[in-house]
Amino acid sequence: MKRTEKRAAVLWQLFKATFLLSAFTFGGGFVIVSLMKKKFVEELGWLEEDEMLDVTAIAQSSPGPIPINASVILGYRMAGIPGTLAAILGTSLPPMIILSVISLFYAQFRSNPVIALALQVMRAGVAAVIFDVVINLAKNVVKTRRPLYVALMAGAFTANVVLGVSASVLILVCLAVGLADVALQVRSSEKARQEVRA
Amino acid sequence: MSTLLQLFFSFLQVGLFSVGGGYAAIPLIQNQVVEVHGLMTLAEFTDLITIAEMTPGPISINSATFVGMRLAGIPGVLLCTLGCIIPSFFICLTLAHFYYKYRSFQGVQTVLSALRPAVVALIASAGLSILMLGLFPNGFSMGLSGIHMVEGVIFLGALFLLRRYKLNAITVIFGSGVVGTAAYLLLGLL
Repeated sequence: MKRTEKRAAVLWQLFKATFLLSAFTFGGGFVIVSLMKKKFVEELGWLEEDEMLDVTAIAQSSPGPIPINASVILGYRMAGIPGTLAAILGTSLPPMIILSVISLFYAQFRSNPVIALALQVMRAGVAAVIFDVVINLAKNVVKTRRPLYVALMAGAFTANVVLGVSASVLILVCLAVGLADVALQVRSSEKARQEVRA
Repeated sequence: MSTLLQLFFSFLQVGLFSVGGGYAAIPLIQNQVVEVHGLMTLAEFTDLITIAEMTPGPISINSATFVGMRLAGIPGVLLCTLGCIIPSFFICLTLAHFYYKYRSFQGVQTVLSALRPAVVALIASAGLSILMLGLFPNGFSMGLSGIHMVEGVIFLGALFLLRRYKLNAITVIFGSGVVGTAAYLLLGLL
């Protein structure tokens, strides 16, 4: 009894959190992911920060909308397939409701100056939330004290902002760097073992 | 084939082939809805994208809902959205399963550690583009003089509240909308 209650509470929390995040985020997948990080890592303590970054990389590299992809993985992590369904429902209901209503009188919506203004100023708030999350994340990359990771972060940022290299390409490049890193570590540990034997 | 089924399969393809987020989905949706099936004119499609970008939520779900509602009412909304979500559901569920099975392996950790800095950079880049849109809604063509001061003050204030008092994100975003709109109306800038 207690277990099913606890499970129901987790499902409800998942649904509520994803519903609210989805209702208030605009501007693409990485925006909602930074809000998810704030909610699930910082506020609820359900996930490790590294785990959230891994989930983001997987969500970005898979086909489909990033917020839905992230919801599938987070939901699965918290409560298996029922969790996935709760998180998908939470993420997709707000846009379904909002857009259904808007589609009925979209001409008025598009030309209403107060709505346009509110949506415009909210961007400043969204930007502040993302910067807040980025400051925490970047600090932790620096804290690893591995120059390779700091260089990857700076390089990826420059490549994306200045050169317009796409997110998928950047993730693939870093994947290759990671694989090379593993190969080097394996080789150096084998060498060390041989030296010990010699 | 009925419109409903056509819509479902169109958005199934959008869900399956849009890798890399919302903006990658736009040309796919255009191809399916405007060119292949002629369900909308290009002008209607442009309106759709404007609205999908203005409103919260993932662009592809927004577009699926909008197209579904205009062409086939509520059943259209449900089928289009479902089409968009089904590929994500199966693919990400599989990936999540393998991720949680193997992530504690040392080698897997090393590879993932190299991905994390890139993800941080991409989130930072998304933040920067939203900030630029917020501060320079008319583009950067006029240089720094085109900056919107109200949005600038709200950004700094919101960032301060988040860092200092760890405010909740939804409160900050909603608050920015209310305070910013009120500021514009009071200052008579609208």
